Amino acid sequence: MKPAPFEYLAPVTIAETVAALAQHGDDGKVLAGGQSLVPMLNLRLARPAVLVDINGVAELDHLREADGRVHIGALKRQAGVERWAGARLPLMAEALRAVGHAAIRNRGTVAGSVAHADPASELPALLLCLDGAAVARGAAGERVIPAGELFRAPLTTSLRPDELVTEVRFSVPRPDAGWGFAEVARRHGDFALVGAAALLWLDDGGRVAGARLALFGVGGTPVRGSAAEALLTDQTPSAERIREAARAAAAALRPDGDLHASARYRSEVAAVLAERTLTAALERCERAA
Amino acid sequence: MTRTVRLTVNGQAREGAAEPRLSLADFLREVLDLTGTHLGCEHGVCGACTVLLDGEPIRACLMLAVQAAGRSITTVEGLAPADGLSPLQQAFQDKHGLQCGYCTPGILLTAQAFLRQNPSPTREEIREMLAGNLCRCTGYHLIVEAIEAAAHGPAGTHAPKPA
Repeated sequence: MKPAPFEYLAPVTIAETVAALAQHGDDGKVLAGGQSLVPMLNLRLARPAVLVDINGVAELDHLREADGRVHIGALKRQAGVERWAGARLPLMAEALRAVGHAAIRNRGTVAGSVAHADPASELPALLLCLDGAAVARGAAGERVIPAGELFRAPLTTSLRPDELVTEVRFSVPRPDAGWGFAEVARRHGDFALVGAAALLWLDDGGRVAGARLALFGVGGTPVRGSAAEALLTDQTPSAERIREAARAAAAALRPDGDLHASARYRSEVAAVLAERTLTAALERCERAA
Repeated sequence: MTRTVRLTVNGQAREGAAEPRLSLADFLREVLDLTGTHLGCEHGVCGACTVLLDGEPIRACLMLAVQAAGRSITTVEGLAPADGLSPLQQAFQDKHGLQCGYCTPGILLTAQAFLRQNPSPTREEIREMLAGNLCRCTGYHLIVEAIEAAAHGPAGTHAPKPA
């Protein structure tokens, strides 16, 4: 057996789960899909005293659209969300296809990937790009944490140890919005060296009414490309302007170099992928018009 | 504390004792004595331990045995009919889609579920699907050919649905 021994709890309601987390604090860990936590248990990088398995909490297994957002319960597997998104939110479907492999997505959850906060993974960046939020329930009650306030450092969020992510929310873009998604990885399904997700929508005069850019694999957290968004908003888009915006977003990054890619390579690829995804988004806007 | 896990494996009701930290893969191999499920990396990367959970491929090293209670598992032992091989297994034999064979059970189960969803895949789609299963002999060309042959084999029938 690989993991160190732990006490195993399998609550069936959110209230029981939150009570268990409140009781065990830092010693407790939530188990959902297990595609990130169980490797860490097997390698004994994580040794929680208590594992709180939420797979039996039926009220966490929901997906619904309301108020222009999709609400994805903590138990929704990536594969199921991918099937929903295929018709409704193609940017999300494309990002999900890049998450691991089919066998991983059949177990892994969307909310779990967000809460795990790996800086090279797709879904935290998508949460930033789609103005999303995590809903956390703890002993003190429920709070909604916007994506911009959630990610603090690699594998570190502003969630408290006694809090359970009950759902994540992503805004559903208006139907005429264009999108782009791209990442560079060694093989399909590997963690991205660098990736980008972009969204653009235009006003009646053909100017950019809104722009969103999120980059991942470029530092300790996913990063919003605010400089690019500012340079594009209210402007008439063009290839030159998109290139300038992409360069500005990449210039604001402070990526780390490691075994897999140098910092300079990551900055360069970030600029290229930002340009590529914004260009794809603009082309989709023009096709929708 | 040990618990009794009751589940369906290859269409048969089975049960066994498991500590919560026992993986489904170790449970299948050591408690139920189904050693066709192989373990490579034991952290979800290599795909050798892939089994079907209610018909969908999953990593058996990343699921606890206690989580499989009440579920239906298909292992490589459940692929073949009573006599002979499944069409997919037959294609692997015909095309020599294996060298040492260690990764083969995981690949068979991954491909089985993949062909059910996508009965006529392109070569590119097969290669993308295979990215989740490492073959250290690097015999990928013949594995791709075998899966292609199963998809486009006699009457296009690749394999029976899993139990």
